[in-house]
Amino acid sequence: MLREIRIHGRGGQGAVTAAQLLAHAAHTEGKYVQAFPYFGAERRGAPVKAFARISDAPILLHSQVYNPDYVVVLDQQLYKIIDVTEGLKMDGIIVMNSTKKPDELGLKGWRVATVDATGIALELNLRVAGLPVVNTSILGAFSRATDEVQLESVLKAIRGNWRGSAGEKNALAAELAYERLIKGW
Amino acid sequence: MMKSVEQKTLALNGNEAVAYAVKQSDVDVVAAYPITPQTIIVERFSEYVANGEVETAFVCTESEHSALTACLAASLTGARTFTASASAGLALMHEMLFVTSGCRAPVVMAIANRALSAPINIHGDQSDTMAQRDSGWIQIYAENAQEVYDSIIQAFRIAEHPDVLLPAMVCLDGFQLSHSVENVNVLPDEVVKKFVGVRQYPMVLTHEGKMVPLKLDPENPMTMGPLAFPNYYFEFKRQQEEAMKVALRVIREVHDEYAKISGRSYGDGLLDSYFLEDAEIAIVCLGSTAGTVKTVVDELRAEGIKAGLLRMRTFRPLPVDGIKKVLGHVKAVAVMDKSMSFGGFGGAVFHEVRHALYDLDKKPFVVNYIYGLGGRDTSPMQIRGIYNDLQEILAKGRVETPVKYVGLRE
Repeated sequence: MLREIRIHGRGGQGAVTAAQLLAHAAHTEGKYVQAFPYFGAERRGAPVKAFARISDAPILLHSQVYNPDYVVVLDQQLYKIIDVTEGLKMDGIIVMNSTKKPDELGLKGWRVATVDATGIALELNLRVAGLPVVNTSILGAFSRATDEVQLESVLKAIRGNWRGSAGEKNALAAELAYERLIKGW
Repeated sequence: MMKSVEQKTLALNGNEAVAYAVKQSDVDVVAAYPITPQTIIVERFSEYVANGEVETAFVCTESEHSALTACLAASLTGARTFTASASAGLALMHEMLFVTSGCRAPVVMAIANRALSAPINIHGDQSDTMAQRDSGWIQIYAENAQEVYDSIIQAFRIAEHPDVLLPAMVCLDGFQLSHSVENVNVLPDEVVKKFVGVRQYPMVLTHEGKMVPLKLDPENPMTMGPLAFPNYYFEFKRQQEEAMKVALRVIREVHDEYAKISGRSYGDGLLDSYFLEDAEIAIVCLGSTAGTVKTVVDELRAEGIKAGLLRMRTFRPLPVDGIKKVLGHVKAVAVMDKSMSFGGFGGAVFHEVRHALYDLDKKPFVVNYIYGLGGRDTSPMQIRGIYNDLQEILAKGRVETPVKYVGLRE
């Protein structure tokens, strides 16, 4: 079964890295994967997108994702300025970094799950260039919300990308996000 | 598919797949200058050098022109050489591309295809390599990261074959392949090392009457790329053309030998057909778009529509006989071009495919679709639209617009 994922973030938040880590996580489970960025004129703070595909069979498609099964949103204000639900399948899931509960977001008709990833980053003092890191923890939340990848695989992908304490801190953030996810369904 | 050799599966992007293949191919000299979207290739490779994983001499040059010049010079001394570039970098190499092929130096180069300026655009299209199609280089276009890896390894064997001795480009769509992480099965190091082997040289007669290997060697002095005026130049060029003809055979042979070891094949190595045998309508394209087209062919076939795809893996040399053979029976063909030939009649691939089919008694309708310039995405729906157009051509029995543009604001 082919699953398509679109990740929304702001330039500097690591949407591309999140897509790659997700692919690496699914790859450790023996699945076929694809992860690719959509680079605009990269600048900090501007809305950016990245895509991932996970499948049991080889993935032939090399187009962008138009009808995602899952949407991941790294920035909690982003859904107000862009339509994060664009093309999302009817039974699709939105995993959003937000301090709000799913039913407070006004995204009616979708399965929404939220986690305060920014709060987790501040709590763990997980920052890069002073900014809270949310792209790793959100993958823990994604694992819990969708069951497409195991938390263990996500942690393995994170530790594979950053050795030592940075890896451990990011892995801990993903574990906390996994635990603290609020499902709106 | 049968796997003759046990392989590891990695998750690599297209650029990393190139670097990994080069690492395993026992390369003597890499000279390069960074440019998006190729940069990761030489970045990764420089890490292999720094970590002592390879014994390659790595030369950082001040420009792409110098990078290729360094590779050319090293190649003429008998070294196995590699470089990578894209877009403006490849354009800056233009002069040296001809010198390299003219000197019969089997340099292998990866190109992460990117649009040419202006306006500035870092994204993928095939304008850069199509603009170099007459430079005397072999051009192989890969569909996915796996094929990128396989093609780089094959390219050394093809380019260095004593009957070929031509430089070769392996082209991967910028971002769509260069920056896309995919599953890549990699062969064990020793298997690749054995496959690429030690570079072989043709034996030539020196002015002293000695038979020596064709390479620059102080013990057996010879001149490479000397002056050739009207009395000899033409023969040099005719020989390059002959080498391209031989390359058609060698590309197939190397591909088949590699397929036995890896369990992976791409058509006959030149042309990769998908449901063409009984196809009434077909798309012809190069590179990663073929994957998207295949998914659409699957859908159309499920609906009972006889759709097919021809992916041209090799654009130089052009497999003319193969094109005639696999497309001759098709009723309507859409050729997709990811570059412009300004002022011409359609794009470069269209020129070649339509031209190749001209000699057939019964010719298909052949139309052209320019798409994806500057990295514009092409969706499965748009591909479906092209097949719909082909059905319409068959229904009407005529072509109204021979050259169209996909997903363009007009």
